[in-house]
Amino acid sequence: MNIQAIRVIYKNEMLRAWNTLLQSLASPVISTSLYFVVFGAAIGSRIEEIDGVAYGVFIVPGLVMLSLLTQSIANASFGIFFPKFTGAIYEVMSAPISFFEIIVGYVGAAATKSLILGVIILITANLFVDLHIAHPFWMMTFLILTCISFSLFGFIIGLWATNFEKLQLIPMLIITPLVFLGGSFYSISMLPPAWQTVTLFNPVLYLISGFRWSFFEVADVSVEISLAMIMVFLACCLALVWWMFKTGYRLRQ
Amino acid sequence: MKTIVKITDLSKTYESGQQALKNINLDIYDGEILALLGPNGAGKTTLISIICGIVSASSGSVTVAGHDIISGYRITREMIGLVPQELTLGAFDTVWNTVNFSRGLFGKKPDAVFIEKLLKDLSLYDKKDDELRELSGGMRRRVLIAKALSHEPRILFLDEPTAGVDVELRKDMWKLVRGLNESGVTIILTTHYIAEAEEIADRVGIINDGELLLVDQKQALMRDLGKKHLVLEMKQVVESLPESLSEYNLDISADGKQLTYTYQTHGNRTGITALLQSLHEAGLALKDLKTSQTSLEEIFVKLVRRDR
Repeated sequence: MNIQAIRVIYKNEMLRAWNTLLQSLASPVISTSLYFVVFGAAIGSRIEEIDGVAYGVFIVPGLVMLSLLTQSIANASFGIFFPKFTGAIYEVMSAPISFFEIIVGYVGAAATKSLILGVIILITANLFVDLHIAHPFWMMTFLILTCISFSLFGFIIGLWATNFEKLQLIPMLIITPLVFLGGSFYSISMLPPAWQTVTLFNPVLYLISGFRWSFFEVADVSVEISLAMIMVFLACCLALVWWMFKTGYRLRQ
Repeated sequence: MKTIVKITDLSKTYESGQQALKNINLDIYDGEILALLGPNGAGKTTLISIICGIVSASSGSVTVAGHDIISGYRITREMIGLVPQELTLGAFDTVWNTVNFSRGLFGKKPDAVFIEKLLKDLSLYDKKDDELRELSGGMRRRVLIAKALSHEPRILFLDEPTAGVDVELRKDMWKLVRGLNESGVTIILTTHYIAEAEEIADRVGIINDGELLLVDQKQALMRDLGKKHLVLEMKQVVESLPESLSEYNLDISADGKQLTYTYQTHGNRTGITALLQSLHEAGLALKDLKTSQTSLEEIFVKLVRRDR
């Protein structure tokens, strides 16, 4: 295994985040704080408790997931798209490095950045609301699995995208709506029965539900199903990225 | 000579249908400088890109030091350094970081002393903390060379290394290439500047339209394909040639003061002695004479035209 290659890719990607600290960390933290102010304090104070949890507290897992998903995708997709865009990817393609090592380097760094961000948002949330985590181990498990799988998904988008517009297309048109409609700000039991059924087809629902269960022991779907769904998503992403490297899709002519 | 890169029946057809390489067979010898000459779009970059792992071959095989470039890619790629044609660099990295990144990517442990020496050799050390976007084109070219050499490769590919490069950098680059070659590094460079190949290469390969037309020692190529011209400056103006000189196909200059005789250098008999004898017998006196050889450029143009 080319450990040195993994090390330099990981270090380089982390360095990029450090150089753009304001964009990488401050921006999502500020926007999440604004969500707390608007939805938690201003609107939340007029909303009843959901499953015995105050609304301001109830939205914390959803808000963390919102930032985690969008930032995991953004970090990983840009990390691989930019060298493709500048042409510097030639070096990675000509190096003695396997596709698995490339993924560990790029996706590992993107997932690490998202994980740090998730923890910072949780700390920020604790400043606004009294947060209690019922199952810290499962909370971290969901957090880490989400960071890895969506960083991998972002990496796939970065490989697929041929321009900056495409890079933004899936996060803006698919991921953000799925997160908002996946129960970030509400329990699906609050929806009419027909919409509850529709929502069950939204994979993000399972992430948020499982993550929320680790905090409050309340969930829209069972924890086992949530865990299984995220593992299936991870496996699908791995299979897709393996195929992309094997065929050289948009990397090797 | 020991073969370090062996290319066998290599072909490449892109998805667009463009056949970039047609059944290339080539042995590159350990320690040589090989120049691949060819016009734009001839297939030079495709050939290099396949050996380096950037482009997949449609058919055929390539081995480096006996290892297949696909099944033994870790071993083969460790041995190869590539300086690409385009100035393909990130924007926000520093020179120091990007060169160290390249070294690590090729599996080498960090070595600050080696990288420092490399940057000094390339006159980059005082720019080591500059971001890549702040560098001039020439400096960026130097950074690409430093990156390619950062993992101490045995084989160095230089794809159009002097395209858009000023005279000073070109001289520095050739000095560096010669130094590397003397230390045992095999150099393969592509160029469409014939003068470069003529100046630096041991062997020259000519590629046109995806086909390797010829590979030979530079001197042998010029000897075999080259013609020499014997220019005879006459004492008196020659208006027409006597019948006895017709077999030599002499060209008379417009002012009638020069006769030019063209002959093949590889022939045992050049016909010069007989010509001089015939001139003497015809009563034509010489004032001076000189010879000139066909340049590599003329050979190249002739081969490419013939191929078309």
